[in-house]
Amino acid sequence: MSIAITTQIICFTILSLVILIGALGVVLLESIVYSAFLLGGVFMSVAGLYLLLNASFVAAAQVLVYVGAVNVLIIFAIMLVNKKEDLKPINDIKSRRIISTTICLTLLSLLIRVDLTNVWSLSSPLNSIGEDSTIRIGEHLFSDYLLPFEVASVLLLMAMIGAIVLARRDVMSKDISTGLPVDQELIEKSSEPLLTNKK
Amino acid sequence: MEYGLDLEYSFNEFLKGFGLSSEIAHIIWLPLPMLLVLVAAVVGVLVTVWLERKISAAAQQRIGPEYAGALGVLQPIADGLKLLVKEDIIPAKADGILFTAGPILVLVPVILSWLIVPFGQNLLISNVGIGIFLWIALSSIQPIGLLMSGYASNNKYSLLGGLRAAAQSISYEIPLALSVLAIVLMTNSLSTIDIVNQQSGAGILSWNIWRQPIGFIVFWICALAECERLPFDLPEAEEELVAGYQTEYAGMKFALFYLGSYINLILSALLVSILYLGGWGFPIPVELIARFLNLPINAPVIQVFTASIGIVMTVLKAYLLVFIAILLRWTTPRVRIDQLLDLGWKFLLPISLANLLITAGLKLAFPQFFGG
Repeated sequence: MSIAITTQIICFTILSLVILIGALGVVLLESIVYSAFLLGGVFMSVAGLYLLLNASFVAAAQVLVYVGAVNVLIIFAIMLVNKKEDLKPINDIKSRRIISTTICLTLLSLLIRVDLTNVWSLSSPLNSIGEDSTIRIGEHLFSDYLLPFEVASVLLLMAMIGAIVLARRDVMSKDISTGLPVDQELIEKSSEPLLTNKK
Repeated sequence: MEYGLDLEYSFNEFLKGFGLSSEIAHIIWLPLPMLLVLVAAVVGVLVTVWLERKISAAAQQRIGPEYAGALGVLQPIADGLKLLVKEDIIPAKADGILFTAGPILVLVPVILSWLIVPFGQNLLISNVGIGIFLWIALSSIQPIGLLMSGYASNNKYSLLGGLRAAAQSISYEIPLALSVLAIVLMTNSLSTIDIVNQQSGAGILSWNIWRQPIGFIVFWICALAECERLPFDLPEAEEELVAGYQTEYAGMKFALFYLGSYINLILSALLVSILYLGGWGFPIPVELIARFLNLPINAPVIQVFTASIGIVMTVLKAYLLVFIAILLRWTTPRVRIDQLLDLGWKFLLPISLANLLITAGLKLAFPQFFGG
């Protein structure tokens, strides 16, 4: 076994362990801040897996979008709300656990079935494109995947307009969280932040 | 155009002369450029700290450090030693793990970004295909470290500083990436080597600053904001936030922030010189000098000459920009947070979008000048 392959196997093992343990931590830890930071670690490790697969552009995009934008936004929201809340006991916890376990196990068996039936290896190593993948991704985005690409941008535009409507409540006569008429001059003073109002 | 010294090849050949296999030679080679760049970054920080002290003194008509070495050149080493031996304090109510991980998360991406900084045709750690995009992606990790240390300090000033730092770095990343995109559009490549080679045609006349004046200014403003240098040092504004996210830090953990911010400043200056000021290129093309001296371009003398000129030019341009940044820091007042966000979102973002559109149009209209 050559040194390059050994290094790859070691990296793959470490990255997969970090992803698995980190993902478990995201779900199981009680502190929401730890969960959010661990999620960032999981995203980074997924980027590492992409790097191992020679997809450096996808790896960098993963870091930029998921770590740099999505995860930062999640942490931002958590820190701005920053509300200590005790978890309430749920009544029918047992039946809920049974249902969720069944669903998870079914999903897992489906994924194992997918893993076993699909042929993953490329027909020949020459088919891998490596560094040229940036150009190929660009070509695909502007030819056969043009419609999904544009639809995604429409989706982002809708999200942006929604955010502006939520932030600038003076565009509506009624406050959406309290139902009171909006004082056009004292918008900042009259209304409390949206997220802290929710009980 | 593949010329210039290839140290890796010569080193591997040299080791193979001792009967080592090429794989082992490669493994022995790998840490060398990384160590070299790390040392270069740290020495660069020491020089910048000394420059900062001296230039601030000159700007305020003081003398500045004087007794530690000639002209005070040993002062930054004294600073570093002090931080190294200082007690490392973690506040009792702070979150120990996150408090320690924060500064590391801030420093590591900055050092990793040095991977793509070229000092010559083959003088960089790795010519990765995604080049400059790697730097943009890595610099987006930093806000997480800042938020983490701000939160873990368990102090309202730290938390506010961390939130401000993250908000600032997210808003200025977008015009920064857009102005880089205009350069990439002209180069047809993300690789920093290709970006410099595309500017090497006619010496100083072919530098990107003449073709991208708007991009240059936008990039420089955004780079200063990303480094949290003074017009934009709101995250650590002394009068309002004590020291922002650094408030609770002392000793080596504080030194990591300090080191990170200065390495980031040098890195930004290097990248401005690579993207807009011709990188390692001499104002007069080296080919012209070689033809004038009647030497072939592949002659060993010319190659060593080109390599050393390349390093000197890159460092010189970068330090010229560092000088401007220091001068700006000691002569301009701080902007307010609303002015900062207004500048980022209402001025720089539209102007960099327009710059991108104009660049694309010019590229199609004049392919010989703006890269076909």
